[in-house]
Amino acid sequence: MHHGAPEFELFGLWFNGANVLMITIASAIVFLIAVLATRKLAMKPTGMQNFMEWVMDFVKGIINSTMDWKEGGRFHILGITLIMYIFVSNMLGLPFAIVVDDKLWWKSPTADPIITLTLAVMILGLTHYYGVKLKGAKGYGEGFFTPMKFLFPLKIIEEFANTLTLGLRLYGNIYAGELLLSLLAAGLAHQGIAGTIAAIPLTLVWQGFSIFVGSIQAYIFTMLTMVYMAHKVSHDH
Amino acid sequence: MLTSSLVLGAAEQAGGHVNYGDIFFQLIVFIVLLALLKKFAWGPLMGIMKQREEHIASEINAAEESRGEAKKLLEEQRNLLKEARAEAQSLIESAKKQGDIQREEIIAAARQEAERQKDAAKLEIEQQKEKAVAAIREQVASLSVLIASKVIERELSQADQDALINEYIKEAGEGR
Repeated sequence: MHHGAPEFELFGLWFNGANVLMITIASAIVFLIAVLATRKLAMKPTGMQNFMEWVMDFVKGIINSTMDWKEGGRFHILGITLIMYIFVSNMLGLPFAIVVDDKLWWKSPTADPIITLTLAVMILGLTHYYGVKLKGAKGYGEGFFTPMKFLFPLKIIEEFANTLTLGLRLYGNIYAGELLLSLLAAGLAHQGIAGTIAAIPLTLVWQGFSIFVGSIQAYIFTMLTMVYMAHKVSHDH
Repeated sequence: MLTSSLVLGAAEQAGGHVNYGDIFFQLIVFIVLLALLKKFAWGPLMGIMKQREEHIASEINAAEESRGEAKKLLEEQRNLLKEARAEAQSLIESAKKQGDIQREEIIAAARQEAERQKDAAKLEIEQQKEKAVAAIREQVASLSVLIASKVIERELSQADQDALINEYIKEAGEGR
């Protein structure tokens, strides 16, 4: 069930309208959740504040499992925003898809490799930035020659491989999930009554599984972000 | 490579060109989201969490302090109680001793008094006896003198003599 993308050109750049729309929606949802949850802050947390604090502690746990809090504390906000944004993005494509004029408008923004790779490049770029900032240019450069000098080419390849795998893992999982959902909902469900009946439990199961996968992928993306960060920032590597 | 073909495939799917606009849009939106959340959500939340941490730490400190104080007070009270108990014990002890001593004293005084009274009574008796003996002796002497004078005064017949003696004896008996 391949639908086209609603693309348009602006200032000499090509935009995918669906991506723009969904990125905005996902960001708005994350922002609304976060702001509503922290509307009434209290020393004794209740309701949503508890949830947000749990998310914070969860990300804190991820960071603490990869590096020292002295170095990792500065990535806390990045980590929370990442995990929330990716989770919400992954979930957006699950309940339904909207196709207008054979153009797919409603989908997960993370079901597009260009979005996930943008995030991945941004993360890897940040790791290099903080690597230089925290260890100095010399310490950062030495990182490419340890533990063995001849590993240098592998280290270079590793940087690109990390970027690609980080972005494509997320994209692959979410895209595959949505693709199968659209096949079930738009394909199987239209093959007569038997097909509709067969599609209902399958879609149900696959949606549940996709929620699981979406959550896991958000966690993995954040986890790997911190792992790559630790590689560049920590002194024992 | 598989990955590159995937990426290229996605690009091809997008219609022969890469959506650079999406890249910039995603980057900018994410950075804006990060900044907004930091200002409006995570910052205040972290502030309150830190505040709570400090509050808990200070509460723990205060609790520890007051526990130490309570321990100190308890120790003090315990010592005071022990002291009071010891004092009471010693008071009882001394009172008992005092009572013993007093009893002994009273008994000794009573015994002494009894002894004294007995002695006084004995003395009295002795004195009375002496007095009685002295009186008897006096009377016997005067009686003897009387008898002697009577004997010397008269040379009498046997019969008269007997009568006289009898008379005198009678007299003596009466005088007595």
